[in-house]
Amino acid sequence: MTLRLTLPAPDRHSIIGKTRSPDERAEIVVVGAGPAGCTAAIEAAKAGASVVLVDENPVSPGLIGTDVPFHFGGRATNAVQSPERLVERVLESNPALAKAFELGVDVRLSTSAWGAWVAGPGLKLHPEGGIVGLADETRSWLLGFDRLILATGARDLNLSFAGSDQPGVMGAQALHALLTRYEAFAGRRLVILGTGDLAVRTAELALDHGLDVVALVEARDAPQGDAARLAALKTRGIEILTGRVPLAAEAGPDGVAALVLAPASGDGERRTIPCDTVCLAVGAVPVIELFDVLGAKRAMNSARGGHVPVLGANGATSLPHVFAAGDCAGLGGEAEAAGRSAARAALASLGREADAPEGVAPVTGPDALAYQLDWARALLATGGEEVLACLCEDVTRGELLAVQPPRYLGWRSNAIARRSLQTLAEDGPVDQDQIKRLTRACMGACQARRCREQVALTMALGANVLPETIPLAGYRAPVRPLPLAVLADAEEPEAMARDWNVWFGITTQWVGYDDIGTEREDEQLRAGMPY
Amino acid sequence: MAQAGTSVVVVGGGVTGLSAAWWLARSGVDVTVLEKGIVGFEASGRNGGGCTHYQSPLFHEEQRLWPQMDELLGYPTEHQQKRLIFQVDEAKADFHKGLAMRIPQGYAWEVLDGKQVREMVPLAGDNAVSGVLCHFGGHANPQRTSQAYAWAGQDLGVKIRQHVSVRGFETAGGRVTGVETSEGLVGCDAVVIAAGPQTGKLAAMLGVDLPMAAARAEMIVTEPLPLMPMGGVDGHGLYGRQTLRGNLAYGGGPHEWYDDVALESAPARPSGSVLRSLAKRVAELLPRAAHARVIRSWAGVIENTPDGRPVIERLSSPGNVTIATMSSVGFGLSPASGHAIRDLVIDGACSFADISKLSLARFATLSPNWRRDLNWLPPEPIAPLAQGAA
Ligand SMILES: Cc1cc2nc3c(=O)[nH]c(=O)nc-3n(C[C@H](O)[C@H](O)[C@H](O)COP(=O)(O)OP(=O)(O)OC[C@H]3O[C@@H](n4cnc5c(N)ncnc54)[C@H](O)[C@@H]3O)c2cc1C
Repeated sequence: MTLRLTLPAPDRHSIIGKTRSPDERAEIVVVGAGPAGCTAAIEAAKAGASVVLVDENPVSPGLIGTDVPFHFGGRATNAVQSPERLVERVLESNPALAKAFELGVDVRLSTSAWGAWVAGPGLKLHPEGGIVGLADETRSWLLGFDRLILATGARDLNLSFAGSDQPGVMGAQALHALLTRYEAFAGRRLVILGTGDLAVRTAELALDHGLDVVALVEARDAPQGDAARLAALKTRGIEILTGRVPLAAEAGPDGVAALVLAPASGDGERRTIPCDTVCLAVGAVPVIELFDVLGAKRAMNSARGGHVPVLGANGATSLPHVFAAGDCAGLGGEAEAAGRSAARAALASLGREADAPEGVAPVTGPDALAYQLDWARALLATGGEEVLACLCEDVTRGELLAVQPPRYLGWRSNAIARRSLQTLAEDGPVDQDQIKRLTRACMGACQARRCREQVALTMALGANVLPETIPLAGYRAPVRPLPLAVLADAEEPEAMARDWNVWFGITTQWVGYDDIGTEREDEQLRAGMPY
Repeated sequence: MAQAGTSVVVVGGGVTGLSAAWWLARSGVDVTVLEKGIVGFEASGRNGGGCTHYQSPLFHEEQRLWPQMDELLGYPTEHQQKRLIFQVDEAKADFHKGLAMRIPQGYAWEVLDGKQVREMVPLAGDNAVSGVLCHFGGHANPQRTSQAYAWAGQDLGVKIRQHVSVRGFETAGGRVTGVETSEGLVGCDAVVIAAGPQTGKLAAMLGVDLPMAAARAEMIVTEPLPLMPMGGVDGHGLYGRQTLRGNLAYGGGPHEWYDDVALESAPARPSGSVLRSLAKRVAELLPRAAHARVIRSWAGVIENTPDGRPVIERLSSPGNVTIATMSSVGFGLSPASGHAIRDLVIDGACSFADISKLSLARFATLSPNWRRDLNWLPPEPIAPLAQGAA
């Protein structure tokens, strides 16, 4: 039998001709209006470049309620409900924004950058430069750039314990934002977790705002931060409790009412401290989402707080269009100098005249991962396996370590009971994306802001490997949770609608097998796709 | 030829290779799967989960097996029977006619009006014009299913070697005697090549011309919503489902062809060019979900032959090699494709279906310029800028 070859019509369903040009353009787009981003935007504007500076603050009450972008822990006051007031506050608390305005920077507040792309393998869309996806509360749009400077800062590192998924348990970045940027913090009496630099700064800030800080709690046997500053905190009446971790947060009518501490070693006397807020200040995490969506190279750098973009001089990333400045490039260092250098390097790469980058001194901090791992180990030893590792998806540490399917499947079998992180590790190095798929830990609506690191740490403990070796669970657009109606492209190119197809549009693929080579094949091909 | 005690190497740990390995192990064959990355990390773990392939010769076996897979494997696949397709565009109100031409006898389905659609799909809106409810077909969770095959295979003695890439074959006397890998030579009595988009490259090393091209396609997923009575709901140019967790996961629309995909490394799979058009259509299909937040997207690399039909074939030379590529609809068919591969490897012929029309021989007359003729080309390459750091 000779077989007839029937081929489909030439493809008109591919992406060619269906992408659209950005709604607006700027030579330089800066994401993040902290010290690094503002300095970069100002520097670029001074050189005469067209600059857009984007910042998601003030964020909407809805996002605050879902712990985006920080771990607000239900401790924002009603003040966050009035956007005009918040905008005023954000401007007041950051004078650099006013300066940027004056220099002609196009400042976009309450605007989130939820994706960014440059041409690369598999994505050859953008003829020059790149595109940032932006959104506000009602719509999304695309902003083209020649150069992108990411200054997206750091977010909170969350470590959970019993009762930590209730109002009153929050992160240090969130507390900082609520106190300084929003003036909208609802707590009074705090216990701070950690004794490193971040915890010390957080305690000082809280005291300066007239709050009552009861204690700093440290899992390690010795306090970690600057001795003089810790001593000063002590003289202001703050206890520094070492070798202890939270066992549980007790619940009251408004969330946390007290924190129960246990010795990090497990056994021993417990202590209950009345408080309304527990602030996690064990660590911060560089916000690298957009680098990852862009496909910039990254590497684990524990001395800079975790996974960070691989950088050359002056914030250059592996992508020629993209630069990094500030905490997102790695914690620590001089943010303003980094912003200035990145802007100058970006300007020079555009052939614009700019001062020579002043260079940024290399930075190194303490081994953040080792510290986080000590905390995670003590929390696991004291709190046990019933504690949630992923809040959104309701996955306990035990379920994670046993690589069990989610509870809602109601699945039980001997076969699955024999499986665990250890058996999985026999097949090759454990991978966080694989664990995510199997257990759903990190799959939730907070986009893993509250669990990504602690899941990785728990995996390291369970598989008995260094946390550095665990591949990062990758970030994907949209890196902010956006309603379908907001993400939707209201103005897609005509060709997108005209030549949209559910699946490749290869008509020959859908001919019933029995009909292949018969008249009915022709009939089906004439009819096109099944629907 | 291959009998109990002989050893088969399966190249590729996607659903096709993993299902084949599991089926072979059920017959007592000693199997090793070689996977360059992690099982199910390519298309097999990134697809829509659809299991309704009425066009395929493997359809009856697909439909027979899926309802039993959880039990047969001993691990959950999240398989759910039934599929409801509906339209929101008046111009497509009669779309059931296209299906009527194709759905084989013996499978129950019915046409629904807009009101009936709304009754079955609480997230649908007033714009629903008509639907088709298939009492067969359905969907499963691709990631869970991939791992289920791997684990079930291991329980029967399959060796799964991850992070081992295949780069060549050792042949002697018209047979493949070993597989060259990044970890050295692996001896074998028979080989199955089920390497997804890379299958063509590997076949070429054996002198076999298997025309293929690879493309990238995107999906989006929302936060969980209350469960609808059935999750297998799509239409309006979208495929996908509500997962058992409640997330809406949908794909469709333009794909982007790659020039080429490397043999041993993972291809870049950016997602971003279709997301907003997907969001628009999901909001149109399910207006009562328009407020749901999109929390992720992803892209997968898809294999396609020129006519979009699979190749599942035991080669005549080397005679101990079976190749299998499913041409972009291999997830749903995987319970059946593994069975067919098992039959070809052990018995030389598929026991449950005629698959002769899928023979490679059909491509004998294919033009060498077929990719250009079919316009299966990537967008114009763009001159790269000067190198960045690192
Ligand atoms: C977005 C999307 C949606 C889809 N929707 C559906 C759907 O709803 N229903 C459906 O049925 N299908 C769907 N598909 C198609 C389906 O996913 C694929 O047809 C199917 O997964 C193919 O499985 P496979 O095992 O043949 O190939 P793959 O999944 O590609 O697996 C091949 C494996 O081989 C490995 N490999 C490759 N080269 C080598 C080498 N040299 N050495 C070692 N290992 C190697 C790869 O790493 C990979 O893991 C979809 C695909 C995508 C991407």
